[in-house]
Amino acid sequence: MPDKKHDLIDQNLQDLNNDGVDRRGFLKCMAWAGTGLVWTMSGGIPVSRAFAKGYGKDAGKGADFTFVQISDSHIGFNKPANPDVTATLQTAINKINAMPHTPDFIIHTGDLSQLSKPSEFDTLDQVLKGASAKQIFFVPGEHDMLTDNGTEYLQRYGKSTKGAGWSTFDHKGVHFVGLVNVANLKAGGMGSLGNEQLEWLENDLKGRSASTPIVLFAHIPLWTIYPDWGWGTDDSEQALSYVKRFGSVTVLNGHIHQIMQKVEGKVSFHTAMSTAFPQPAPGSAPSAGPMKVPAEQLQKVLGITDVNYLVSGRSLAVVDSPLGDSSASASGNTSVPLAVVDSIHG
Amino acid sequence: MTGKNMWVAGVATPAVIAMVILFAGSPSVKANEEPSAANAAVKIDNFVFGPQTITVPVGTTVTWTNADDIPHTSVSTEGVFKSKVLDTDEKFSYTFTKAGTYPYYCTIHPKMTGKVVVQ
Repeated sequence: MPDKKHDLIDQNLQDLNNDGVDRRGFLKCMAWAGTGLVWTMSGGIPVSRAFAKGYGKDAGKGADFTFVQISDSHIGFNKPANPDVTATLQTAINKINAMPHTPDFIIHTGDLSQLSKPSEFDTLDQVLKGASAKQIFFVPGEHDMLTDNGTEYLQRYGKSTKGAGWSTFDHKGVHFVGLVNVANLKAGGMGSLGNEQLEWLENDLKGRSASTPIVLFAHIPLWTIYPDWGWGTDDSEQALSYVKRFGSVTVLNGHIHQIMQKVEGKVSFHTAMSTAFPQPAPGSAPSAGPMKVPAEQLQKVLGITDVNYLVSGRSLAVVDSPLGDSSASASGNTSVPLAVVDSIHG
Repeated sequence: MTGKNMWVAGVATPAVIAMVILFAGSPSVKANEEPSAANAAVKIDNFVFGPQTITVPVGTTVTWTNADDIPHTSVSTEGVFKSKVLDTDEKFSYTFTKAGTYPYYCTIHPKMTGKVVVQ
């Protein structure tokens, strides 16, 4: 049943429909995120969870689809910030399985493991096996490449990938590219894609129609969030120059264990919560190390991200749900999952 | 920033201050400032090599200890030495037998850099 809040969201949608990709509209929409509702993305029609709920069984017949991003599972981590990261990953999977529509697939944006150990990857596999979505795409985080230049990771998750784990696939008209920015990092630098991967990306995108929605995903943010902590990618500008001509570009990252988002032209940037432990807001602590919160708070700062694709506007809507919110997707009612948004850099 | 977030930061701060005080009072840090001929220590704490530049006589063995909850490495930028991945409380030692300046970094978090000056 629509209530006042949803009317307001609809109002925002209306404005955005009229204005196209309008900055003011986005800011209005993003203000909603700040109040703990949802936030939505570029390229046409932003969609809230309440709106997206209209996807019935029949609506799914078209090409509308949902996928879920999970990130930073850090299997093997056992410090006070979260002594049981396997359990919280399991909670994330339970949450995915309780979604009203099975997502088409899952994207894991890296730091599967804490120390790249085979036993850690084994545990991860065991938990992921229980996910309703059977197809899972991966990119590595720096924690997955700790030994032998990521050989263990690549053998398990990168069989059909190029280079250090780059991959590309198409799904119902959307082009996805998984990028690796955690290999061969240089002293004093941040994340790095490297020339070979950049060239591969340029070639991959070259022949595609500008109306193809593009999703780029990588572990470290492809935009500079906080250089002092290495929260950015040195050569991401180059990569982003290749997607400028496209009408809808969504960039999904992990690494920083908190939600941050930015819209720049037709490109929407978004970072996901971790399933393992939170990290501090940039500059709010002496370092980016794991942040300890009271046990009862933990599930509010961990979470998953689900992304809904709407064919009509060639747009993607991103909804973040903390693990601790049990009512949201399980019941399928109009209560929108709480988005834990610590800061919005718009 | 939400009120909740500030509250979280408020909780984290006392622990961090305690760590800094402990670190400042640690005898191993003093040893770094006046290194003995045999041994010197670098503590990895809060994503920083401390001290960032350590000056030691030829023949000194420098030992890195990771005090963070996150793994780090200590790897010579010029390929002179390379630690394995150091998990919490793990150590790596290297003996410097030639004078010179040895820059190094954490290959996992490359913003973390340090220098050993051997005289």
